[in-house]
Amino acid sequence: MSTVRYQGRMHEFQKELMGRYYAELTRGAETGQGHAAWMLISGNPVELVRAFDMLPVYPEVNALQLGVRRQSLPLIQKAEELGYSIDNCAYVKADIGLFFSGLKAPFATIPRPELILCNYVGCGVYLQWFEHLAEYTGAPIFNLDIPTVRGPSGRARPDDVRYVVGQLEELIALCERITGKPLDQAKLRQILQWSKETGDLWAEIKSLTKFVPSPFDAYFDAVTLMGPLYCLRGTEDGLTFFREARSELAERVRQGLGPLPDERFRIVMEGPPPWPYLRIFRDLFTKWGAVAVASTYSTVGGLWEFGFRHDPDRPLESIAEHMLEYNLTNRSFHQRYQQIRQYVEEWGADALVIHSVKSCRLFSAGQGDMREYFSKELGVPTLLIESDLEDPRYFSEAQMRNRIDAFFEALEHRKLVKA
Amino acid sequence: MSVEGTIERARALVDAPLDRALEPWRLANPEGKVVGWFPVYSPLELAHAGGILPVGVMGGGNQIEIAHADSRFQSFVCSIVKSTLELGLTGRLKALDGMVFHSICDPAKNLASVVRRNFPELWVEFVHFPQNLTSPLAEDYLVAEYRRILDRLTDLTGRRVGDEDLRRSLAAYNASRARIRRLYEIRRESPQLLSATESYLLVRAGILMPPEEHAALLDEALDGLSGRDVKPKDRIRVVIEGSFCEQPPLELLQSIEEAGCDILDDDLLLGVRWFLRDVPIDGDPLRALARSYIDGSVHSSVKHDLRRTKAQPLLDKARGGRAHAVVVLAAKFCEPALFDYALYRKALDEAGIPHVFLEFEEKMWIFDKVRTEVETFVESMLFD
Repeated sequence: MSTVRYQGRMHEFQKELMGRYYAELTRGAETGQGHAAWMLISGNPVELVRAFDMLPVYPEVNALQLGVRRQSLPLIQKAEELGYSIDNCAYVKADIGLFFSGLKAPFATIPRPELILCNYVGCGVYLQWFEHLAEYTGAPIFNLDIPTVRGPSGRARPDDVRYVVGQLEELIALCERITGKPLDQAKLRQILQWSKETGDLWAEIKSLTKFVPSPFDAYFDAVTLMGPLYCLRGTEDGLTFFREARSELAERVRQGLGPLPDERFRIVMEGPPPWPYLRIFRDLFTKWGAVAVASTYSTVGGLWEFGFRHDPDRPLESIAEHMLEYNLTNRSFHQRYQQIRQYVEEWGADALVIHSVKSCRLFSAGQGDMREYFSKELGVPTLLIESDLEDPRYFSEAQMRNRIDAFFEALEHRKLVKA
Repeated sequence: MSVEGTIERARALVDAPLDRALEPWRLANPEGKVVGWFPVYSPLELAHAGGILPVGVMGGGNQIEIAHADSRFQSFVCSIVKSTLELGLTGRLKALDGMVFHSICDPAKNLASVVRRNFPELWVEFVHFPQNLTSPLAEDYLVAEYRRILDRLTDLTGRRVGDEDLRRSLAAYNASRARIRRLYEIRRESPQLLSATESYLLVRAGILMPPEEHAALLDEALDGLSGRDVKPKDRIRVVIEGSFCEQPPLELLQSIEEAGCDILDDDLLLGVRWFLRDVPIDGDPLRALARSYIDGSVHSSVKHDLRRTKAQPLLDKARGGRAHAVVVLAAKFCEPALFDYALYRKALDEAGIPHVFLEFEEKMWIFDKVRTEVETFVESMLFD
């Protein structure tokens, strides 16, 4: 049986940086300083928030940290006592449970918001989540409306870009009122420059998994990279992290090293991970020598691998384009099908694994159609499994194991027959 | 004609399969196009102005067995999404030339893509409504979005739509909505004259016919109602909230009424009554339509308006209708409704308005449990 051996310097560095980020949040909570802005992950405009020296706080990241530490269930149940349904998104419930528990998480104390910045990017639950938080906290809310990419071209329309830029200007005026200082244009350009270079490195890192063996797992290990990509984008620390990660991973390519001693299957993963059972879930795949060479989950915050870069010379336009066009959740299912198809073809994958999560209907609703498209129309072996990203009550290890084992047995047989 | 006869005509139309319901219009308009719209709200006026018949597609109700769509949408997805796809997979959307979906929730967004892929011959469009109504930019955005939809509709019909066409359509829908508002006034003032189920059938017939015909049907019903003489019943006055998209079975509404409630107001079939006031027909029609959405449209969980708290419109509706209680009637797995229930519950408790929470599915067919629950609730209020 294969076990994961790779931990690497990158993981240690990530832990240190994320530790520092959470220490900063705790300091903000304790001193009441730092102008906390509560934000969402998908296609967020963190560059603007950082330009005002505001502290970005991500309830989604907090929720997943609670999930990984298996601390989410009591908080979910607390929210359910308040009237939330068993069928509502468990990220939201864990977060609202945390709020009503005094914002004290095991990894940080979360500062109360001075701005609730809802960056609506495709996900309707985002809107509701932040509307509710605004009512509970009494903090000012700004709801950046990002029209879903809806034309057949899959491109953002010029009208839409102008509309988003106009709203960003309104947001700037609001941040100026909250922080009491004007936007520093030079600082914004510098931050966008850091984000642009981070984008270069991230895109390069994601292309390294085209090598055989893949130097890292683009689902499970990509999570290590996603923390800094979202929480620390637009900072010098974040950029340093990606420089080190790139050189470490490129070195692994030169040495022909992968996360497993033997890479037997290359898979594409669709859907977020089951955080409370991350290790168990991973082992179900590593046991078969399966390595994810690409994942859609790692693109929820942006699609740099397909060419997007923040542009210091077009600051607001490029932020708008990132939000509109270059993140997974603001796109249609069709565009996601095309993205996965490109992964399968260019990254040389053997199969598609769809992890369907009850909490995130934007991600999941209709994935049966995706399975139909890949298995029947394209002939790509496709496995659909279900659990949840946060709620441990929806994870059945035995059932999951049976499905995964049966799938890889068949895949192995198929390989043998082909050979 | 008696009002009962008019209601029966409405019922026959609502119960008919889509192709049969559309037959008269198809015969009268052999070249005409029919475009289906998914809840909640759709700019029906734009299609109508282009000579298209906009038809509401409210899922399959309890008339349809989900056999194929279950393999595309998971068990945790609401019924209307699956039954709408099932209609397509069993050939029942062939009566339509196109479908319009809207930015109301996550599964609806994905459904638009799945329908596009599975029915390539169908013209499919997705309308994004502005979600930031505090921004002055929302109006210009929505005007541009409506213009885009008009262009796309022109692709379908080959017919350019002018301002006069649009004004005629705004007026036609204003007329039909004014009569729907009158039905709701009657229910609030003298609920014994018109039950919620009867009113529902009269309104729902309107999603299957042009607004001019619907206005005529409602005139006939209103005429008939004036002759009704029924004594008020000893019931509590309730408003229903949470059924803005998937529609509860008629029998469920009936059960709530029979359990001792007069349903004064509800959020059923919001698409044909979204605007609270007439859309102005002078000036730029697209702008008037956009402004009406932003400043003159009814609240629901899927209209995001940060200018007031989420429960305020519900409290206003309950107080304005002198309701004794609120029935939160949410479709199973409907995230927007289920989320907002938490805020409604808090606000209703604080305002001292009793409420009961019920979940439904369009496919449900046993109503005893709901009836008992509502009866218990009503009794607790009557003998409190």
